[in-house]
Amino acid sequence: MASTTVSSPGQLKETERAQANGPGGGRWGVGMVGQKASAFGPSARRLIGQMRPDRLKAYAVLGFAVCSVILTALGPKILGHATDLIFGGLTGKEVLAHGTKQQAIDALNATGNHTKAQLLSSMHLTRGVNFDTVGMALLFALVVYVGGAVLSFAQGYLLNDVVQNTVKRMRADVEDKVNALPLSYFDRQPRGELLSRVTNDIDNISQTLQQTMSQLLSSVLTIAAVLSFMVWISPLLAVIALVSVPISMVLGHRVMRRSQPLFIDQWRRTGRLNSHIEETFTGHALVKVFGKQHEAEEVFERENEALYQSSYGAQFVSGLVRPIMMFVGNLNYVIIAVVGGLRVAQGSMSLGDIQAFIQYSRQFTQPLTSIASMANLLQSGVASAERVFELLDAPEEPADDTGNPATERHGEVRFEHVSFSYAPDIPLIKDLSLVAEPGQTVAIVGPTGAGKTTLVNLIMRFYDIQSGRITLDGVDITSMPRSALRGQIGMVLQDTWLFEGTIRDNIAYGNPDATEQQILAAARATFVDRFVHSLPDGYATIVDEEGSNLSSGERQLVTIARAFLADPELLILDEATSSVDTRTELLVQHAMSALRTDRTSFVIAHRLSTIRDADLILVMEHGQIVEQGTHSSLLRADGAYARLYQAQFAAAAVA
Amino acid sequence: MLLTLVRRYLAPYRTWVLAILGLQFVGTVAALYLPSLNADIIDNGVITGDTGYIVRYGGLMLAVACVQIVCSIAAVFYASRAAMALGRDARAGIFHQVGSFSAREIQHFGAPSLITRETNDVQQVQMLVLMSGTLMVMAPIMMVGGIILAMHVNLGLSWLIGVSVPILVAAIGVIVTRMVPSFQLMQERIDEVNRLLREQITGVRVVRAFVRERQETQRFHVANTDLTDVSVRAGRWMAAMFPTVMVVANIGGVAVLWFGGHRIDEGHMQIGALTAYLSYLMQILMSVMMGTFMFMMIPRAAVSAGRIMEVIETDTSVRPPAEPVYEVTDPGTVRFDHVEFAYPGADVPVVRDVSFEARPGQTVALIGSTGAGKSTLVSLIPRLFDVTAGAVSVGGVDVRRLDPDALWSALGVIPQKAFLFSGTVASNLRYGKGDASEEEMWAALEIAQAADFVRAMSGGLDARISQGGTNVSGGQRQRLAIARAVVRRPHIYLFDEAFSALDLATDARVRAALKPVTRDATVLIVASRVSTIRDADLILVLEDGEVVGRGTHERLLETCTTYQEIVESQLSADEAA
Repeated sequence: MASTTVSSPGQLKETERAQANGPGGGRWGVGMVGQKASAFGPSARRLIGQMRPDRLKAYAVLGFAVCSVILTALGPKILGHATDLIFGGLTGKEVLAHGTKQQAIDALNATGNHTKAQLLSSMHLTRGVNFDTVGMALLFALVVYVGGAVLSFAQGYLLNDVVQNTVKRMRADVEDKVNALPLSYFDRQPRGELLSRVTNDIDNISQTLQQTMSQLLSSVLTIAAVLSFMVWISPLLAVIALVSVPISMVLGHRVMRRSQPLFIDQWRRTGRLNSHIEETFTGHALVKVFGKQHEAEEVFERENEALYQSSYGAQFVSGLVRPIMMFVGNLNYVIIAVVGGLRVAQGSMSLGDIQAFIQYSRQFTQPLTSIASMANLLQSGVASAERVFELLDAPEEPADDTGNPATERHGEVRFEHVSFSYAPDIPLIKDLSLVAEPGQTVAIVGPTGAGKTTLVNLIMRFYDIQSGRITLDGVDITSMPRSALRGQIGMVLQDTWLFEGTIRDNIAYGNPDATEQQILAAARATFVDRFVHSLPDGYATIVDEEGSNLSSGERQLVTIARAFLADPELLILDEATSSVDTRTELLVQHAMSALRTDRTSFVIAHRLSTIRDADLILVMEHGQIVEQGTHSSLLRADGAYARLYQAQFAAAAVA
Repeated sequence: MLLTLVRRYLAPYRTWVLAILGLQFVGTVAALYLPSLNADIIDNGVITGDTGYIVRYGGLMLAVACVQIVCSIAAVFYASRAAMALGRDARAGIFHQVGSFSAREIQHFGAPSLITRETNDVQQVQMLVLMSGTLMVMAPIMMVGGIILAMHVNLGLSWLIGVSVPILVAAIGVIVTRMVPSFQLMQERIDEVNRLLREQITGVRVVRAFVRERQETQRFHVANTDLTDVSVRAGRWMAAMFPTVMVVANIGGVAVLWFGGHRIDEGHMQIGALTAYLSYLMQILMSVMMGTFMFMMIPRAAVSAGRIMEVIETDTSVRPPAEPVYEVTDPGTVRFDHVEFAYPGADVPVVRDVSFEARPGQTVALIGSTGAGKSTLVSLIPRLFDVTAGAVSVGGVDVRRLDPDALWSALGVIPQKAFLFSGTVASNLRYGKGDASEEEMWAALEIAQAADFVRAMSGGLDARISQGGTNVSGGQRQRLAIARAVVRRPHIYLFDEAFSALDLATDARVRAALKPVTRDATVLIVASRVSTIRDADLILVLEDGEVVGRGTHERLLETCTTYQEIVESQLSADEAA
């Protein structure tokens, strides 16, 4: 039955682990494998489109970024100018003390030192360093730098707002979506997979946006600005510096390609080691009592060593990227120093320009490396976005009808020729009709897969029927809003879902407007009160997600109290299959019958003993009611019910 | 803690660590030497017009750059090895320690927590060590080396480095100390938001049945807003980081030119040193920045290290005997003698003053409600716990004096949570008996009423079993766990709620089939269903850790009110019996 396809915890862990490996891949130095967006372009555009409501801020970010990059890039050029001023003043002090600049050049040419003569002729000489002009230039540089920094901060500040607001909106959209999806979506989708979309993927998107947006923007702009300045100063040197780009890219790519299989190997081995660890630790007691500790240690040693072998290789190769990039940078530096030095000596370039150039070339490689590393992050972020968009695009539950429920509420339920199936080619319920009179207890029995839980799904309109109709007090349930319908029905399921919060709040979930008295009364009527008193914090005890501080029976009691507080006309009880401990079991049964009093109730029973006094027993097989009647009439009929009853009787009798 | 751990696990790789330090030192000094050489080029080549000098020194720079990369690569190599070796050894340390733990320590930590410590926490420390070896050590070397070389180039300007480095460190420090708590809070709130979403999805039926969608959205909205608030705050500090670093570095550069200019004018400095100085300053400041960022990893790794050391330093409460007894004459007899067990620090013992004896051929059953101490009592036999008073003996020898392997080989345990290991049906059965033949396995499966479904599984005995046994149903898992114990043909069977996931009919069939097999063995059954234990030779009724009734079913029905209550509660459930 579709409603019982709850993914096993193991499955969920698998998915989560796979996810966790994803974003974490960045930490390992290489992006993750096999997590690529299938349609990168459209998904990336759509992700950017999510920022639309903040577009004014986004434009401001763009403007600030451009201004700040240009200002910052201006700095080295100004500092170079200041160096030239100092150099000119210094040389001038020497040269001009003995005559004019031209005399000095002539003198040098006469001695054959043409290089120095050329250098001298290209310089602007002053008599000693003029610290007024140098000071002005440096002041200007200071203003430019500080201005650039302020704008850069403003850019980061606004961008952060944009990104956070965007992520917030996406989270809200996802949450809205969760409430708008039909239940079939939840039943069809493996739960771990869905959870991972709404948690891990969104987190990944948030991280990607935060890290890439600002860096990518400033990196691209910086490269453009720095490159322009470099070309402006010396086209020749700019070309030399540019040569290093493809070199570093090729080298980086080579290393990445080398490290990829190593990383895959490392992940595989990590997975194997971790699952061995998980198994040994979880089954600790068994490993011990079956005397398998030595064996477990052996396997561990082997896997651990294998992981070491593959991981140090992977780390080493990926660790090479940095030194190589640094080397390429240094190579650049050396070439610029030599070629630049030669050109300065020849007088075709100023000393300040080469100093500026060196600074530019250092600024140039850094954004390149960061763009390269962004690429992987971006890939995984967009892949996550794609999965979230897929969720957001899933068809929603059809809109509600706005009709009104019956004004007279008795709790009479009628199925008229109802047919339903989860999948079109596998019919489940065919032409089913039944009537539950107000106040009656209707018990449904039958083997697993007979369609018992499906009946609940249909009454609650978790699923809509395909033909026939279901009425509540004479009104077709499809003609009223789902909330109005569900508001009249109380439900206690096998799956004792409680949220993380106090016991009191969990009971109050049944009716948020309930007074403290009503909550206490509900707790007393359903025996919650009894065990609550033995808890250190009483009603304020926090039920944790795993529910480990309450036994399964106690959890069941809380869900019964919740339904009790809701005080519905109609009740649906899905009995727990697994045996809770004996005493609580008794309490659960009492609590359930307290809840049933004076209400129309549907009880899905697993033990025949609980339903002996039901007003109507429906025996279901293969989606159809094969028998109906009371306990005694059905026993007399000696049909399916009687056989079921005998089976349980026989089992117990062997004991 | 971090230091203790790193010192302990890096000790064997001392030479590698020294190699890393040496290599990084040479590499860093080489990197710093480049601007110095460039200064020489300017002063002695460019200014004097000596092109030969420029080319010669250019070659020297190239050589230095090569030295640098060779050192860096070698350092990365040793750092990767040392870090991964530390990870490997720390994992082995934890694994071994956990192997020695008793159920008490496992319960204390919790298996999931131990797994996290063994995997993620080790990973954290390992990455920190790797980062330290490749990047973090560079920062101090860069600083010291930079200052020395800067002094060598020109003594008078070194104070600039001395001033700008602390300013940068302080600025980053201020930002980081504000940012880190925000990030921690952010993580908590992310967890909160994710928890709410998870609850909405797992509880979707309940949420819709009670028409609480709007409240859920409201709850989510609050959490989402809280998360966004703190993310915005953290992000703003983050946004301040880069401009701050740049502004400090650039003001430093301006200062170099201003003060350097004066010194040149006064004749204390050469013009080439100016350019060199600018390079130094940037290089030094960038590496300091890098180093400071790396320090952000330390708190996280320190927490991990603490969690690892906690495991390493926890001693097991169940120690193997110093002089073990290897053989007992009568391995089937189990005796409890005024047994008490209490968790350390608990004021009430879990069980107290329990005495009974079970001999081969006998079935002793323990019944009582959850928390009565039934499972704990059974766990005392294989020494998953040790008694805190009294004694448990097997074959007349105190279990604490028995050789663990000898003790365990006498037992067949079927635990409450039927846990299977990943592998095949056969590999799981061989867990019980390493050399079990196919016939033996099928026989055990027949007894456990598992033969039919195993036959139906594709592969039969070789059918895959996933980790924990999640690919078979709870009832099937339990039956396979029974078969695993049966195939051992042990002297003592311990059934701990081993029939709970079976329906009444299967429960009865399994017990009927077990009868002939266990004829000469001692059977201990923990159960909550009366039907499971009604024909045991001795039934002990436990309540709050004490035996409140003992005897056969019939006798207890007359004498023990607790037993009567239990029977009554189940009769209403299983009245047909």
